[in-house]
Amino acid sequence: MDQGTRLDQSTRLDQLRGSGRAKRHNARTIAALTGNPGCNRRAVLDAAGIDKQRLAERVGHPGSFGQSRFALSRGNAFEAMLKADDCALLREVLAADAGLGYQDLGADTLSDRHEQTVKVLADARSALIDHPLLTLDVAGQTVYLEPDLIAYAHHGRLQVVEIKSFAIVDGQADSAKVSAAAVQAAVYVLALRDLMERLGQDPSTVSHEVVLVCPADFSFHPTAVVLDVRKQLSTLRRQLSRLAAVTGLIDALPAGLTFDLALEPEELVAALAHVEARYAPECLSACELSVYCRNEAAGSTAALGRTVREALGGIDSVGEVLDLAEGRREPTEDQAEAAAMLQAALRLRSEALSLVPEARS
Amino acid sequence: MSTLTALARAQAVATGRAQPIATVRHLHVHDHPLVLIPLVMAGEANAPLAAMAGTDPARPRLLVVGQPRNRDERFAFAADLAAILVPYADSFTIDTEDVAVDRGKDVRKRYVDAPQIWMPNPAGIDFVRLFGRSTRFRRTDGDNPVPAAVPLLGRWLTFFANTAEVPGSSLLVNAVQALGLHWVTGQSGTEDAQFGAQLAWIESGAAAARAAEKGPVAGPATDPDFDNRVLAPLIERSAPELPQVLHDLLLPTWERMWRTVGLLRRLPAGERVRLRWDADRDVFTAFAQNLAEGGPPQPRRDGAVAAAARLQRLENAASRYAVQRAFDDPLVLAEYRLSGAAFAGTVTLANPDRVDDTGRRPVLRPRIMVHTTEPVRVEPGASLTSPARPSQKARVISISPAGDGQDVLLELSGGMGRRLVAEPGSVPAVGERLILTTLSEAYRPGGTLPDPAETPWTHGGPPAPYDPSGQPDQQQRDVVAAVRGDLEQPGAELVTGAGRILP
Repeated sequence: MDQGTRLDQSTRLDQLRGSGRAKRHNARTIAALTGNPGCNRRAVLDAAGIDKQRLAERVGHPGSFGQSRFALSRGNAFEAMLKADDCALLREVLAADAGLGYQDLGADTLSDRHEQTVKVLADARSALIDHPLLTLDVAGQTVYLEPDLIAYAHHGRLQVVEIKSFAIVDGQADSAKVSAAAVQAAVYVLALRDLMERLGQDPSTVSHEVVLVCPADFSFHPTAVVLDVRKQLSTLRRQLSRLAAVTGLIDALPAGLTFDLALEPEELVAALAHVEARYAPECLSACELSVYCRNEAAGSTAALGRTVREALGGIDSVGEVLDLAEGRREPTEDQAEAAAMLQAALRLRSEALSLVPEARS
Repeated sequence: MSTLTALARAQAVATGRAQPIATVRHLHVHDHPLVLIPLVMAGEANAPLAAMAGTDPARPRLLVVGQPRNRDERFAFAADLAAILVPYADSFTIDTEDVAVDRGKDVRKRYVDAPQIWMPNPAGIDFVRLFGRSTRFRRTDGDNPVPAAVPLLGRWLTFFANTAEVPGSSLLVNAVQALGLHWVTGQSGTEDAQFGAQLAWIESGAAAARAAEKGPVAGPATDPDFDNRVLAPLIERSAPELPQVLHDLLLPTWERMWRTVGLLRRLPAGERVRLRWDADRDVFTAFAQNLAEGGPPQPRRDGAVAAAARLQRLENAASRYAVQRAFDDPLVLAEYRLSGAAFAGTVTLANPDRVDDTGRRPVLRPRIMVHTTEPVRVEPGASLTSPARPSQKARVISISPAGDGQDVLLELSGGMGRRLVAEPGSVPAVGERLILTTLSEAYRPGGTLPDPAETPWTHGGPPAPYDPSGQPDQQQRDVVAAVRGDLEQPGAELVTGAGRILP
């Protein structure tokens, strides 16, 4: 495909998506991308803003990705409580100066909000900025991000504040939830730093320490802790730079390919076959299409998890593993070591099992 | 994941059936266990929604919290759970036996049996730990009194949750882990965490497992879709049918729990399972006595000395458990043979009467030659043990290539009686097949720790004595939590103290 016939990138993405409305990236989906950066399928579908949940339903492998009303209402109640009375409780828990101005940008429209955010940040006044709107370039697309709060403190330092409703009990919280919150906050830090750079200011004024505000123990009283997200930041930066390659991926797809949800399931399945997935069991909790990919990956060692695959010498398929173990297949040169190991394992396993009087199954 | 277990997973994929990874049972299965299946409300910090509990498969007791956000109902639930769990635990505090201590110079009492609680999964145990934390400090007097049984329940739950951390302990068992110790499925470990699917792999195979995945969850978290469609409307209008709905939701898991208990009970127990249950009974006895003597509730956090002692106990338990499982089970030992920490061979020469008289007094030191074709990754001078003669040490004298393998010359000591002539059968005879390993059951003394009152200032100084008036929930909290993410997920740590915005 030469330069002249190359479709405009966004037109091409619209074509891939078809008639449906585009789903936009948010901090959560960007965070999820970093979980499995090698998955081309996810990269392409997300870039085109395709509704993966509905796509999974259409191809007959729906996942369960709802959020409980109970969790939502608790989260909202917690946030409302913190922000009531000019953020009285939030100021208290952040030990913020009473003189710190509070600005809520929530009511404006999307583009207004972003402009407002830029203005407020450019002013560099002390403030708690609620409902700011940031942008981040993800694989050549502009993604809008909505952090909970940005605190602008005295010496021109900016800090991201994340409000979460999971409890911190005796100084400890669910590690998976803290991890997720940290990655999400890191996305905001990255976006803020980008913005500062665009404004011609020093990006390092955005602190790599974010504040996490959660209920303490079993009460509804807030507590604030500081998270250092430097590690998450460097991971994100690396993954986002890799994602830039999505343009190349899309260019390589056959012309006319589309994942229009109005298509018949068989056609969608055929279309999906054009974009390679990299399924891992961890996808099940992070990607709406994972059940489909799992089905597709059946019989591969990757579907059993990374550690199992490695323990099996990195051999791709279960059939091949068993063939090598039973000596039915001649190992290639780089399989020789794995094959010897598998044969030894099979011999030991059979020997131990043969000692049992009644063979268990 | 060893290659041996990974291979079993591959076999499970190929056959569509779960595969055994143990030839004996590695945990104690009680004759009268208590099964406990809790459910919690999403989003809340440990708000129980329901629990199914009991000791009789035919008669599950259902506890329901109609309004999980209501504090009084929550503590009424705790009192109801206490009415099931505490009498069950107490029922084992009657008959005692004498255990010789200090080389028979003294005896101590130990309860002849101990309770055993079964829960579906590790998340259920986390619930028990948190629920214990949220109840054990409650006051039964003052402003917000709770029923007297509530703090007592909290202490029992904390006790059980703590024992569940000890490798090899069987006082609080979770079904997912217990099954995973004995079978592997043809799916990933992540998917095994779903109890229904894991059990279906073992009982019926792959197809049934896929079907079970869509079935009711084993808790403690509920399915978000169920929350939104079914639960929320019922709770909003305080519907009288809520208990029945929750009963129907929990019953399949209840039945699976008892099937799991039965499945494991049918396996022959490993020889050393009894030893670990003895240790469990010791721990239970000590806790029950502490409770009876009016000891304080377990602290929110261990002090420095207590934490170090606990870590040492856990490490010892972990290594003892690993060795015992390997000695009890040839299939577990095979993993060590694969990694070179054990090898099997045949005795080709034996000198059972060899006496070493180079020292001050002559000692019996028979030598044997073992021929093996397996890789031997030990050095001369290493001390090996054979599971068939655990009290006997075999020191490697030399290793030399021979034929298609290697000849290992070993010098034996211990386990042969007190005389200068070995007891019959105590020295392996020519032709006997032996497995030798670097694993050893020998007692390893731990380091000595100071008295808690002498905790050095580097470790925070002596812990403050327990103060029942200090409501922990109102105390100033120092937040320094080491929260580890796993290796694949970028971890996050709560770093500094109180989170205030930068000055």
